[in-house]
Formats: sequence, C-alpha cells, structure tokens
Amino acid sequence: MIKDFFSLALKNLKSRGIRSWLTLLGIFIGITAVVALVSLGNALEMAVAGQFGISQTEVITIGAGGISGTGPPGSGVAKPLDMDDLAAVERVSGVKRAIRRNIESGKLEYNDKVVFGFAANVPNGQDREYIYKQLDKDPIAGRYLKDGDTGKVFLGYNFYVDKVGLDKEIIPGKKVLVNDKSFEVVGILDKKGSFIFDNLVFMNEKDMENLFDYGDVVDTILAQPTNPDEMAKLKEDIEKALRKSRNVKEGEEDFSVSTPEASMEEINALLNGVQAFIILVALISVFIGAIGIVNTMTTSVLERIREIGIMKSIGARNEHIFTQFFIESGLLGLIGGLVGAIAGTLIGVGGTMAINGFIGSEISPNIDFPLISFALLGSFIIGAVAGIAPAMKAAKQNPVDALRG
Amino acid sequence: MDKKTEKKVIIELDNVCKYYKMGNNIVKAVDGVSLKIKEGDFVAIMGPSGSGKSTMMNLIGSLDVPTRGKILLDGDDISELSESDLAQIRGKKIGFIFQSFNLIKNLTAKGNVMIPMIFQGYDAGGRSFRAEKLMKMVDLSERMDHSPNELSGGQQQRVAIARSLANSPEVVLADEPTGNLDSKTGQTVMGFLQDLNNKGKTIVMVTHDIELVKDYPDIVYWLKDGKIEKVTEKTVKRRTNIE
Repeated sequence: MIKDFFSLALKNLKSRGIRSWLTLLGIFIGITAVVALVSLGNALEMAVAGQFGISQTEVITIGAGGISGTGPPGSGVAKPLDMDDLAAVERVSGVKRAIRRNIESGKLEYNDKVVFGFAANVPNGQDREYIYKQLDKDPIAGRYLKDGDTGKVFLGYNFYVDKVGLDKEIIPGKKVLVNDKSFEVVGILDKKGSFIFDNLVFMNEKDMENLFDYGDVVDTILAQPTNPDEMAKLKEDIEKALRKSRNVKEGEEDFSVSTPEASMEEINALLNGVQAFIILVALISVFIGAIGIVNTMTTSVLERIREIGIMKSIGARNEHIFTQFFIESGLLGLIGGLVGAIAGTLIGVGGTMAINGFIGSEISPNIDFPLISFALLGSFIIGAVAGIAPAMKAAKQNPVDALRG
Repeated sequence: MDKKTEKKVIIELDNVCKYYKMGNNIVKAVDGVSLKIKEGDFVAIMGPSGSGKSTMMNLIGSLDVPTRGKILLDGDDISELSESDLAQIRGKKIGFIFQSFNLIKNLTAKGNVMIPMIFQGYDAGGRSFRAEKLMKMVDLSERMDHSPNELSGGQQQRVAIARSLANSPEVVLADEPTGNLDSKTGQTVMGFLQDLNNKGKTIVMVTHDIELVKDYPDIVYWLKDGKIEKVTEKTVKRRTNIE
C-alpha cells in the first residue's frame, strides 16, 4: 500500500506549479553546499598542503613577522630577517644547519615574451644537497645547478611544458633573460604539482645576490634539527635566540618560527573554519527550505481540501490521508536534495579540475557516495518532518466540510 | 407472496436529528427522521434546497454522524464509530456519486476507479482487472487512460459510477447525479443507475428534480424543513433498454 501512496504522491508532485519547486531552493542550496564542500574539501586540503612542498618534511621555517604587502615571503615586512639572525639560529644547539632562503619576484623573457614570477636562491655545498633532497624530485631534463655555476638557472616544470604563457617550451641549453640578464637553462625540475614550485626559477646564491641586490636581507631561514623528535623544544630555543638577536621581548616577537605540523594545523584550522561556516550556511538554508516545505504543503492542503473530502468519502482513513501528504512532502524534500547532490557533485568535480588546472596538481575529485546517500535520506526526512503538521491538518479534515471545498 | 417483507434492511435511520449551531441559532437540518432502506430498493430523497436533503445524504453515507438518534448501516450503529472506522465502512459498503463528479484530476479515469480499492487493500493486479471490467461496464473502455479534464461531463459521471462500484458496495448513494448534465446525458447516466438497480444494487438518490423522481425510484421520501413530509411508493417498476 505504501508503494501506492508513493505513486500517488509522484503524480501529485508532477502537477505542481513552479511555486512549489521554488520553495525547494533552500534544501537545494543546503545539500549543494555540503556535497560540493566535501568533494572540494579533499582537493583544497591536498592542494594547500602540496604548495608547502619543502616544509612538509622535518624542517623549521623562520620568517619575519608583520607581513604588510602581497609580495613573496619576507618582502614588505617591517623588519626583515638578516644574516645576524641566520647566525643566531645556526648557533642554537640542536640545529644541524640553518639555510638562507631568498625569494624574489622578477620577470623572465623568452621567445620575445615576458612572464613575471619568482626566483629562489640555491645555497652552496651540503646545504644545496639538502635543498635538493627536500625538493624530492629529480630533474626531468638536464641537471641540477651545482656549486660554481654562474649565469645559469634551473627551472620549474611549467616552463618545460609551456604552461607559463611563453608560447614555447624551454629546454636545457636555451638562454632566457631574467630581469634583462641572460642566463643559460641547465635543467628542469620534474613536476611537483605545486603552483609555486612548478613556476619557480632556481638560481645560485651569488647570481641571485648580484641580480636582485638584496644585500643582508634573509627572507626565510630553514632550520634542520639534529633530532627531529625534539621539534617543539627546538622551536622554543630558536625563538629565544631570535628574541635576543632581534632585541624583542617575549610576546612582542616580530618573527615567526613554525614547525611543519604547526603550519599544517594552521591551514587545517583555516579550512575547518571555512567548512564550519559553509556547513552553518547549509544548515540555515536547509532550515529555511524546511519552512518552505511546511508553507507549500499547508497551501497544498488548503488547495486540495476537496480532494481530501473525495478521498475520505471513498474510504480513505485519516492515516491514509496523512501518509499521502507525508510521503509527498518527503519526496518534495528528496527532489530538492537530489538536485542539490547532483549540483554539488558537479561543483566538486569542476572545482577540483579547476584547482588542478590552476596549480598543476593531479588530485582526483572525491565523490562521496555514502555522504550523498546520507544527504538524500536526510532531505527526504527533512521534507517528511516538515510535512507532518500539514499532513495532520489534512488528515483531520471533516469529510463533509472538505467536500464542500 | 410479498417478497419485499423478506428483504434485508441495509440502512435504518431511527429518529435521527442533525442540528447545527449558526451564530446564536440552532439550525435543525434533519429533525427526527426515521426510515428503512432495504436491499435492492431504488430510493429517492426529494426536497427543495434547504429541506435538509444534503444533510440526510451525508448521514446515510456515514460522512457525518447524527446529533441524536441512531443510524444502522448493515446492522452496525455508525454513530458510535471513530472517524477512521467510519471511513473504512463507507469505503466498503457505500459508493458515492456526486453532482460535480468529484474525480481526482491528477489521475486517469482508470486510476480514479482503482483508488477506493487501495484503501481496502486490493493488490495492484486485482485493482487493475476490476477497474477495467467496471470501465467496460460503463462503456468507457476506450477512455481508461484519459484524465478527467479530457472527458465530457457525462463520461466523467460514468467514471464516477464505475468508481462507486469499485468495492462492490451494498448501496450506491447518488447526490443530484444529473445536476450538472444536460437532459439527454442525464438520462444516460440515470439509465446506468436503473440498470444497476435492476441487477439488485440498492440505490439512494438525493434530488430536487421532480422529473427524475417520476421515472426512476420505487420509493420517494419527500423532505421539508428537516422532516419527512410524505412517502410515495411506485408499484410498477420502469424498465430501461439498457442491459
């Protein structure tokens, strides 16, 4: 018999006007938001984590605080780090090595085209080996930079496959102009799947200094711990040393020392905040949607009062009438949820593809079927619950009055 | 031998009253009516508007319960039943035909005929088979899949007749069955009712149309101000050419 009521409800829904469908917008938006968020969330998290490339492993990153501009890390800060700070960090016991990292923005010319991007220094000696190890990729063509290379650059993957806008692939042996100075390309880094690394120009320290003339300034310091298990303590020690070297009091630090865990936690906290906000918006939409369903079902009961009378006169018990309106209301919610789930999935897949296209990552979209089933069941229940009061109203109609219309 | 005395009483009204409150006044829509409707009777309840015949119809059809008095449907006192039990009994024992057809517009003609069977728990196969048989009986086999608004008034009323018979009720209650039809179509519809009665179905018709009353029913209760004014009985039954 329930099957018959479903079929009756479907027939009634088919003949509904646009007004009824508009009330589903709330449920639709809510379910779309949740499904899209979950499909995208994975991609977002992986994408952001991927951008950290180097710092994902056991290394402490030190930067100057109070970033005021939108340039690369370390630029536009109130008081940048300098070589004294680097020396101070190096002296901290438990620090195996402290590496100076400078990143500068500049332009690269090739094939009569100009692109703007970032250049990063590569230190000498063992530090160089350490940085290459941290990059975790081999050259896909040519070789890495080595000590003593001058007038040479090593490029990110996107230059090799012409994804930077030069209209021509760059291969090792070619010459490019960086800030109007000619450099020979010695090699290309394999694809990192990170927007930053795949577009980066690597340069030996000396060349960097000469080209950008940043003098004593240090953008970030990478500190490798002797014992990776004591990151937290080392972080405190470095903070102490830097407070002394920079002459600031505790609590007034103009620098930041972050461990990879802490960075990831920060990002996750941010992502969680965004997720919580979207879920809140989704819940509000669903709530509004539920009220919309109450409204449209109440109107529907009034409009169909005569039909209720007819049904009762031909033998419908109160519970039959209740069931019919209840199921109809649930189906109304389910349809909103279904359309929302489809839209959410499309947004998730499209968004993931857009992220992949933008930063060159290869994240596969996350279609969460259990979540979608849960969302569909949930929207049916929300619809049905919203329909309880109107359905009870319908069921309680006196047949004589109802027949009169 | 008088066979009528042996016939089973299907509906019995015993001093039935139905009062409504209208503002400060009490309206006595039905005021102390007693009657017996027997199996196979063709009964008409006749009266001008305001005479209480619609209320009578609702009471006989167990759509409403009396303020006072007793209504026995097939021996059961309906004034003591819950609304849902009333619905169950009504669906099983009474078939309704309304002046304005009252078909469900979202369903096909056949779907309308099947609806009362859902409430009695028929399975889908049984419903379909019976609905087709009934549609054939009212000569609408070709129109089964049409929706009510694709049918003429007369056709809609014939679907309503088929629907009223869905659960093989004891009584068919017709409320001004020809009220919305032209006289020729009205005659066709009345022909179907007469035919049903000839086959033994009890028919109760409520009308204000004196012409209908002349031709079809065996017994006519004349209602005025909620009371039975007179009862007329016909001895020779009219035969129709519809078989």
